[in-house]
Amino acid sequence: MEPKDCPIVGATRRDLLLAGLAGAGAALIRIRPAAATPDSMKRAIHQVVGEAPVRKGKVTIEVPALVENGNTVALAVEVQSPMTSQDHVKAIHVFNEKNPLPNVISTRLSPRAGRARIATRFRLADTQTIVAVAEMSDGSFWSASADVIVTLQACLESLD
Amino acid sequence: MARPLINVPQKAKRGDIIEIKTLISHIMETGFRHDNVGQPIPRNIITSFVARYNGEEIFSADLHPAIAANPFISFFTLATDSGTIDFEWSGDNGFHETASAKISVE
Repeated sequence: MEPKDCPIVGATRRDLLLAGLAGAGAALIRIRPAAATPDSMKRAIHQVVGEAPVRKGKVTIEVPALVENGNTVALAVEVQSPMTSQDHVKAIHVFNEKNPLPNVISTRLSPRAGRARIATRFRLADTQTIVAVAEMSDGSFWSASADVIVTLQACLESLD
Repeated sequence: MARPLINVPQKAKRGDIIEIKTLISHIMETGFRHDNVGQPIPRNIITSFVARYNGEEIFSADLHPAIAANPFISFFTLATDSGTIDFEWSGDNGFHETASAKISVE
């Protein structure tokens, strides 16, 4: 057979083997940046709540389900509470699973808030789950979670 | 130079729940990015925000690198008395900025 008819012209078996090895090597040394994991999010939540149980409910997260640009994502968290001096929200914390760090924001409120709602804009490095935890004046903790799909990731890109 | 923008209603009825919106220009550099020669860019963020109504703290927040550039924070408060609401941001590299707004409560 003429070499011209060969599908990979001029390529020897050795060339192909070397190319394969180089490809495998490149895949192995691809460095993954440090990232928060669901475990590190659990640890961050544990630092806030300690051993207290965290119940689902009372908390509502408002965040878009599909985000085109993870660099700026609108976020609002509202907690059902009469906001009286006997029964109010003391703090609202927001956590994420896959940004480099698990914390997003921690806010402290008082009965003078009148309404337990906060809003901010945050970054999302990947498609992930957001968790909000509310600390009540009676010492109980309530939480909610929201899933967000991100198409353009934030935090880790280099400057060109 | 960081420029704060704050939105507080000028007038309110006593006992009204009012929304306060704040925005401050700041790069909020995460510390996880690299420049074009591969050097890590050091973290430079605002780490804390406090709001005081006639001197009494009504709201505070700890910010993390996950907060987007030019941090926007909004919250609610009861209009109790006429007076001043003061805002304070502080962060890395000695960053410190203040702003205040007057409110008249009838």
